[in-house]
Amino acid sequence: MANGGNFSVNICEEDHDYENLGESGPSRDSFQVFKEPACNVRGNPEDIQMEMFTKNSDTSDSESTSSSKESSNVYRVRSLQRNNWSAATRRVLSSMPSRKTGLHSSAGMAVRARQTCALPKHQTSSCDSLHIPRATQADITSPEFEEISTEDEGNNLADSGLWCAETNKQQLVSDLRGVSEGEGMRKLRAMPLSLADKMEIRKHSFSPLAKNSVINRNVPCHNLPCMYLSRMWRHCRYTPRFSTSLKLWHSSMKKLSGRYGTGVLSYFTFLRTLLFINLLFFIITFLFLVLPQAIHPPPDSHRVSFSWIGLLTGIGYLSQSLMFYGYYSNITIKTTSITSVVPYCIPTAYVFTITMSFFIICIILVYSMSKSFGKSFQVFKSDGNLSENVFCSWDFKVTKKPSIRLQSEKISTRLKEQLSELTSGEEERTLVQLFRNFLVHVAAWFICLASIFFSALGIYLLSKKAISKMHQNLDLLFMAAVVSGFNLLLPGIFNFCAWMEKHNSPSTRIYVSIFRNLLLKICIIGVLCYHWLGKIAVEQDPQVSKCWENFVGQELYRLLLMDFIFTVLYTFLGEFVWRIFSQKILRKNRKPVFDIARNVLELVYGQTLTWLGVLFAPLLPAVQIVKLFVLFYMKKNSLMLNCQASKKPWRATHMTTVFITLLFFPSFLGAAVFVAYTVWIIKPPSECGPFRNLTNMLESVKLWAERMKDYHQILSWLIRAYNAFTDNPLFLFLPSGVFLLVIYFRIQVVDGQRRIIRRLEKQIDDEGKDKKFLITQLQYLYEENNPNSSHRHRGR
Amino acid sequence: MGNKQTIFTDEQLDAYQDCTFFTRKEILRLHSRYHELAPHLVPMDYTNEPDCKLPLALIVDMPELKENPFRNRIVESFSEDGMGNLSFNEFVDMFSVLSEMAPRELKAIYAFKIYDYNVDNYLCKEDLEKTLNKLTKEELTPEEVELVCEKAIEEADLDGDSKLSYADFENMITRAPDFLSTFHIRI
Repeated sequence: MANGGNFSVNICEEDHDYENLGESGPSRDSFQVFKEPACNVRGNPEDIQMEMFTKNSDTSDSESTSSSKESSNVYRVRSLQRNNWSAATRRVLSSMPSRKTGLHSSAGMAVRARQTCALPKHQTSSCDSLHIPRATQADITSPEFEEISTEDEGNNLADSGLWCAETNKQQLVSDLRGVSEGEGMRKLRAMPLSLADKMEIRKHSFSPLAKNSVINRNVPCHNLPCMYLSRMWRHCRYTPRFSTSLKLWHSSMKKLSGRYGTGVLSYFTFLRTLLFINLLFFIITFLFLVLPQAIHPPPDSHRVSFSWIGLLTGIGYLSQSLMFYGYYSNITIKTTSITSVVPYCIPTAYVFTITMSFFIICIILVYSMSKSFGKSFQVFKSDGNLSENVFCSWDFKVTKKPSIRLQSEKISTRLKEQLSELTSGEEERTLVQLFRNFLVHVAAWFICLASIFFSALGIYLLSKKAISKMHQNLDLLFMAAVVSGFNLLLPGIFNFCAWMEKHNSPSTRIYVSIFRNLLLKICIIGVLCYHWLGKIAVEQDPQVSKCWENFVGQELYRLLLMDFIFTVLYTFLGEFVWRIFSQKILRKNRKPVFDIARNVLELVYGQTLTWLGVLFAPLLPAVQIVKLFVLFYMKKNSLMLNCQASKKPWRATHMTTVFITLLFFPSFLGAAVFVAYTVWIIKPPSECGPFRNLTNMLESVKLWAERMKDYHQILSWLIRAYNAFTDNPLFLFLPSGVFLLVIYFRIQVVDGQRRIIRRLEKQIDDEGKDKKFLITQLQYLYEENNPNSSHRHRGR
Repeated sequence: MGNKQTIFTDEQLDAYQDCTFFTRKEILRLHSRYHELAPHLVPMDYTNEPDCKLPLALIVDMPELKENPFRNRIVESFSEDGMGNLSFNEFVDMFSVLSEMAPRELKAIYAFKIYDYNVDNYLCKEDLEKTLNKLTKEELTPEEVELVCEKAIEEADLDGDSKLSYADFENMITRAPDFLSTFHIRI
């Protein structure tokens, strides 16, 4: 409790909470001081004050909820409510400042007016917030907005309310004027005012801008595109969500979320994000690498005839095309007008394009990951408590009647489970049961790890054997098929193990299943990478080392294709045929459920293959784009036909964060390490590709830099600066040192803020106790002074 | 993106774009949805800002809201008169707050309004009971409903007055990362 986790203040167990916090605040002493007069009212057994005070001495149980206290708590909660209070107490209570704010707003409509004092801007230090008077309730948590009262009819304080509203409005307008345009727009949009009010404020705060737009409209037509562009740019700048602003598949996703809810929707959103990442990658490589090479084909290319098997396996026609590394030459283009000034060197372009694309993708992933983390503050929290389930679990996107019914059932089940957990506490498990559970867990993990180990071993042996079978076409597909087969079969085994284990909470089950699937895929890809880089690139096998990059690129291409084919087969057989089978033959009405975690991991796996292979097959992102496109429609239709919505809860925001982290951390970083290792260390083959006759790929950049020095003044300066930068280690240490300092500073600031939050929570707690104490004292004093009326009240 | 639409002036569209989370195209699409609800009532020309309000019964008939158990409260929270009659501005406001890009604080404010059935600025036990009944559609017994409400208030109530003020509610919302994704209607 003391670390500010689940802050549950039980009215009657406040003393427990004090003990748990381990501090004795001032209120506790005040309780002790007033214990004396409280004892005098022991004669009135119905007075709950006595019970509250004597509870102080009887408490032994430091746990906040326990079943034995359940019923007595229920009674006490009820009795602290207003039934036993006199009219005078109630009058005093109802004229407390915090309750008064409610009166103004209850002029029929939703809250528009609160007598909050105008707060300073949110940049004030948190220490100031401690001095804010208690009368303002919403202050501490929402410093950014002030509300305007627009309708205050029939109220005593209407005049002062309106005056306060005017000053509030002036305050808002001046606040917005002081900040930059983007910040102001963001603040304006986040204000909880009606649209008409916002437009008025906007008119007053941003009037220079409004004037500008008037001027712009009087400008002749040829500036109209510029105006539209600037407006669009302005909007894009302040709503940085490029993937949603393109609105691909909007209506399909709306239909899906209407039927299946947010969980399934997160899979399709993830798919769309991956599509856009691949599109970006493809555009960069196409413009800077593929297009120049296509326009200037290398002199020594010879065409092989096209065959469908060649399309599948990647050898033959495709291997002599732009698809694979072997086609690219080490020519330098000097023929066109631009390139006669600065010659376009294909090898350098190759390295730069790939590196730059990886860098840009890295930035995009880190940005979306940090935004995701920002949204879900506590990523590894447990399943949430009752109040969250009541208020935050209804998915507003679901619109179909049967899905709504399913959702209600889901929520009811969840609430019942939580209730039973709370009231009955932990089940007592016998030793035998514990031991049996332990054995089951060990067995399940053993099965999973053994299956992973054997599949990795199998792939390793198979890959060693496959080298000798270079020229048989369909046999080449065999290994890719085996890999995809393992990827399909083993998750079934993992599901069986999970069913056997019967975890307590659904989130544990999901995490364990994700971990096992991830381990499988990492092992498989790790074995393959080791085989490629460790063996093929280094060995002098004459058949392979002629153009091993081509071979690796083709392997990855085949893996990607096989993965796609197997997914299609699984969707068709696993979902469609199974549904028909279970409905017609088994006569069950239950459709299969869409397994979100497994499908997302499949997407991450496919994306990893693409990133690994882009160095050897620059057009692989295009293949992935086509695959994702087809996958979307296939999965959508399969879902609509075959699957039903899940009954288990799925925390969408949390899982999206986990998936993006998985995309970045093992997948992207692994691919980046692989590419970096290849570029830096491995010696390219001498007979194919743009890096022939070089010791490693980076050397081409160095050679190009040397040549460029003579061509252009600016370029030579740049190159000299870059060399100085990288040769001198001081230039690396200094920025990294600065970054580390900044990070450390931010961590300290966050820690400090967390401490202040805890202190504030404690202060709210203390104030609540003070308030209750004062109320009961008030009641007690009143009853002491008017013993007659107290008798009448007690009869109630 | 031609300048051919005559429903709104450019200034109006700019104002909508700056004050809500929608783009011009989305505002125009919202207007056509609003118009579809009552074609004879809603004018196609909004340049002189006509004063047209649609009643609650028409708005809750929209497919996005029809099956939502809180549809009446949602529409009432965004209407000026509290009875659920929405003008176009309020209609846009409603979907803007419920859109994907609205920040958590804004959504929390309106969620609080929606769940506050008796509009007294507090979520008292009766409010919670009504919310729970709407959520679970009478699947829980009355004793269970009461128990859940009490537990929920206990958990979230910080200042100990046995009902939830806005501060309590917002504090609870910040611990629920899923709130942003569930409190969202696509239009």
